[in-house]
Amino acid sequence: MLKTFIAGCLLGIVVAGAGLYFTPAVDQFREQSMIVVHPNQGNTELFHVNVPKDRIMIGAPSRSSPVPAGLKWPDDEQFADTRAELFKIRNGKDAVVGVASRIAASHEDYGDVIEWVFHLPARGSAYVRVHPEPAEGGYRIGELTWGTREFAAMEGAISERWIADVSGSEDASAGRIEIIAAFVGQAVDEE
Amino acid sequence: MKYLISLVAGIVLGAAAFFMLLYYNPFMAQNKLSPLSVTDNELISLEYSTVAANSLIYTNDGESQIAPYPAKVLQLWERSVSQTSALATVLKNSRNQTVGIGIKFSSDSESTRILNGEVIVDSVWHIYLPARGSLFIEQQENYWGYLRDIVIPAYRSSGDNWRGIWNGNTTSGPGALGTATVVGGSGKFEGLQTEGVEALTAKAYSVDRGPVAIDGNITIEMPQPEAEATPGP
Repeated sequence: MLKTFIAGCLLGIVVAGAGLYFTPAVDQFREQSMIVVHPNQGNTELFHVNVPKDRIMIGAPSRSSPVPAGLKWPDDEQFADTRAELFKIRNGKDAVVGVASRIAASHEDYGDVIEWVFHLPARGSAYVRVHPEPAEGGYRIGELTWGTREFAAMEGAISERWIADVSGSEDASAGRIEIIAAFVGQAVDEE
Repeated sequence: MKYLISLVAGIVLGAAAFFMLLYYNPFMAQNKLSPLSVTDNELISLEYSTVAANSLIYTNDGESQIAPYPAKVLQLWERSVSQTSALATVLKNSRNQTVGIGIKFSSDSESTRILNGEVIVDSVWHIYLPARGSLFIEQQENYWGYLRDIVIPAYRSSGDNWRGIWNGNTTSGPGALGTATVVGGSGKFEGLQTEGVEALTAKAYSVDRGPVAIDGNITIEMPQPEAEATPGP
């Protein structure tokens, strides 16, 4: 019986170790990537934010109705020209795929700043700096400054623009922020 | 029958011994010394509270231990973001002056290996300091030491809480020395690429509410400008 007990102890150690080794502690759910390949124009991925449904926070001075309700934005002079927003972001099938922050600020020394950080838990994060001056068609163009995990070996640009909802239906959102990402792998010197 | 009972008792004891060995393994201790503590370069220190009620907003799936703040903030309940949290907070310098706004996204990482003492969280910071510019921080954090020294003792405590003093670095990568990658975006930080470390100082933790008195600190190394070559005599 003692031998059986000792065998059981060893078996318990092996089972516990194997269980921890082979069972994934974390399994992030992945939505399908909706990448479109254009003829002779690379590939793009479309994201969007439904406003106001996907807005988590608007941090800006002197807002009469803060988002979320109860937000106490710092009443500090240095944030007078700063606007920080948090959103959920969706793919082309309208499924939430991640979260994003957008900071827009103006500074007398270094001018206007518009930046995005996209965080897609199953894929990685992208840090994008946007040119403050809008291009034709109401677009703003930004460049991928840094990427993590899936975006680490990429370079490219995004465009953002506001599209107002003109459907007129009662349950329609105010509009959406459309983000088109055109990221490609960085060229690698094989030598 | 007695052999079966003996076998089952052995398996239970063996599994318990395995987990005790894992829990008390001294080789899986948290790194408490910052790799940046030996640098000669200027260090930027940014401090914040990890307590949700002290932040601007904190949100997660709404079912986790730490309740979102404020109560009406949008929750991250969708499957693709349900293991993610978002924090927006005021950042202070070492003299307790407000210097900026920080937004942190944290997601449980699939590279977590409990067998190796690695409870990994992939996190990024989006930071704006009006007087200096903007920064992006990419890091992997290992919360094994935090879980082992604070959270599990809180659950084992009859009062369902933990009190004490605990300091530890949570940053474990992607830098080879366990440092985060810091990238400058605008202002004086434009073009910057350097390293940083995030650390926690814990004083109280509650099973019901999560962190009660836990402060975070982000240390960023500012490389010195290269000295101009001087002509020889």
